[in-house]
Amino acid sequence: MYGLCDCNNFYASCERVFNPSLEGRPVIVLSNNDGCVIARSNEAKRLGIKMGQPYYQLRKLIRREAVAVFSANFTLYGDMSRRVMSLLRKSVPAIEVYSIDEAFLDLTSVDEGRLDELGHELARTIRRHTGIPVSVGIAPTKTLAKIASKLCKQYPKLNGCCYMHRPEDIEKVLRRFPIGDVWGVGRRWAQLLEKNGVRTAWDFTQLPQAWVRQRMHVVGLRMWSELRGEPCIGLEQHPADKKQIATTRTFDRDIDDFEELHRRIAQYVAVAAEKLRGQHSICGEIHVFILTNRHKENMPQYYENQLLKLPVPTDSTLELTEHAVRLLRQIFRPGYAYKRAGVILSDLRSKSGMQTVLFDATDCAKHDSLMKTVDALNNRFGHHRIGTAAEGFEPFKMNRNHLSQRYTTDWLQIIKVKS
Amino acid sequence: MPSDPKIQKIFRPDDRTSSDIPLTESPVHAGFPSPADDFLEGSLDLNSLVIKHPEATFFARVEGDSMQDEGIVEGNILVVDKAVEPYDGCLAVAYIDGEFTLKRVRMEPDRILLVPANPKYPVIEIAAGQDFSVWGVVRWIVKQV
Repeated sequence: MYGLCDCNNFYASCERVFNPSLEGRPVIVLSNNDGCVIARSNEAKRLGIKMGQPYYQLRKLIRREAVAVFSANFTLYGDMSRRVMSLLRKSVPAIEVYSIDEAFLDLTSVDEGRLDELGHELARTIRRHTGIPVSVGIAPTKTLAKIASKLCKQYPKLNGCCYMHRPEDIEKVLRRFPIGDVWGVGRRWAQLLEKNGVRTAWDFTQLPQAWVRQRMHVVGLRMWSELRGEPCIGLEQHPADKKQIATTRTFDRDIDDFEELHRRIAQYVAVAAEKLRGQHSICGEIHVFILTNRHKENMPQYYENQLLKLPVPTDSTLELTEHAVRLLRQIFRPGYAYKRAGVILSDLRSKSGMQTVLFDATDCAKHDSLMKTVDALNNRFGHHRIGTAAEGFEPFKMNRNHLSQRYTTDWLQIIKVKS
Repeated sequence: MPSDPKIQKIFRPDDRTSSDIPLTESPVHAGFPSPADDFLEGSLDLNSLVIKHPEATFFARVEGDSMQDEGIVEGNILVVDKAVEPYDGCLAVAYIDGEFTLKRVRMEPDRILLVPANPKYPVIEIAAGQDFSVWGVVRWIVKQV
């Protein structure tokens, strides 16, 4: 059996741990720069607030319904996530951290008679130790475990754990489960399937295997088998290094000035390149994009992006900045108000396997030792104390007008207790 | 090995800092091994003393003087363990009327009392239906002398 432990409305729940007065109140958390909604408490969902909805559209509703609003506090959420994952690691044979608020559990070696009890115990322990409510789904495959954990959220009576193993129970659930909500079914497949009369996960399992293989290939076939209770997707305990590193931001205001965009792009390169070096990779491609504010329909709209294949893969901020700025020059058009930009590093490979190019113009060893020093200094004295001149002297600015404290990682911001 | 003096190391509850392997100081190839090598146990880690449940441990700072007769005063740091079930007489961080408060918790058959340690402050009786919860039980107090 496999399990999935999913934290309920994770970011909103983290805020509630340190502010219990939010219990029972609608809570939303906004993306970087307070752009749009990235987490909602159940009460906020009931008000009809949608995932990804722009903040400015909600101001009236927020005032009327006294919705509590928070800027994303990823330092806090990261620490709370670490606590939840650590408890899981201590309780089951193996886990796969799937995202900041979800982990798959390997329960193959656990006695099946104990699973229901184990799942409830996990939910209780995590709730009591960290304050975070979770939903544990347990089923014969990872795909079914995902569905089981969604059931927990729909039915509070399950008390945080749904152990779904009898074929007749699974059938009953799948018959009511929309195909588009199944793990791994994107919009395109959902459309294809609906066109072929598949509305629920159960309908899908009834399609002929050959059809699935022909139209949805091996990935679709795996999903089909998993829904039929045959495990095909194992636990990935050591997730591969990222295949792509992206640093993209929505600006705190509209920007039409090239110099300002140039500075931002250079800052994003610095962040991405530091991550790249952190996983000991080099990249062979760099991609830069800029776009205008699509919510301001009366303004002229523009989107452009450009990809560059690097002659020699690198992890040097200096080289990457040079390339990124060149790309920016190519795509920048004056007269537009830009709202978002990003840098994406791809074609990542391991640094140790790097081939030296005989006539490479840059002195790799020199860049290497410089980057090591920069990373060490930034690590020690805080982010972006040291950077390229292109980054400018102003630190990263983000609109975070509703930021809660870093309660668990900064002595000056721990909770205060009246005595 | 000397421990890294990064601030993070000190205040993140962390259970990875202990080691089962005795450290040995003298290099293998040196003439005489230190007679103490077989008895080395690694150094004492304060975390292992005050943090029993790392995932459930949070720190809080005291404001006010209602617990001063127990020696708990403004600025002291509380080591709060949410994993510990509240018991009669425990020192706890409670949440009442929109704020965190530090008191002794008395659990009587028909009522709960929050008891201060300063005659200037009244005992608080929790009324039925009042917005109240024990957020965590205090296990240690860190104070500078």
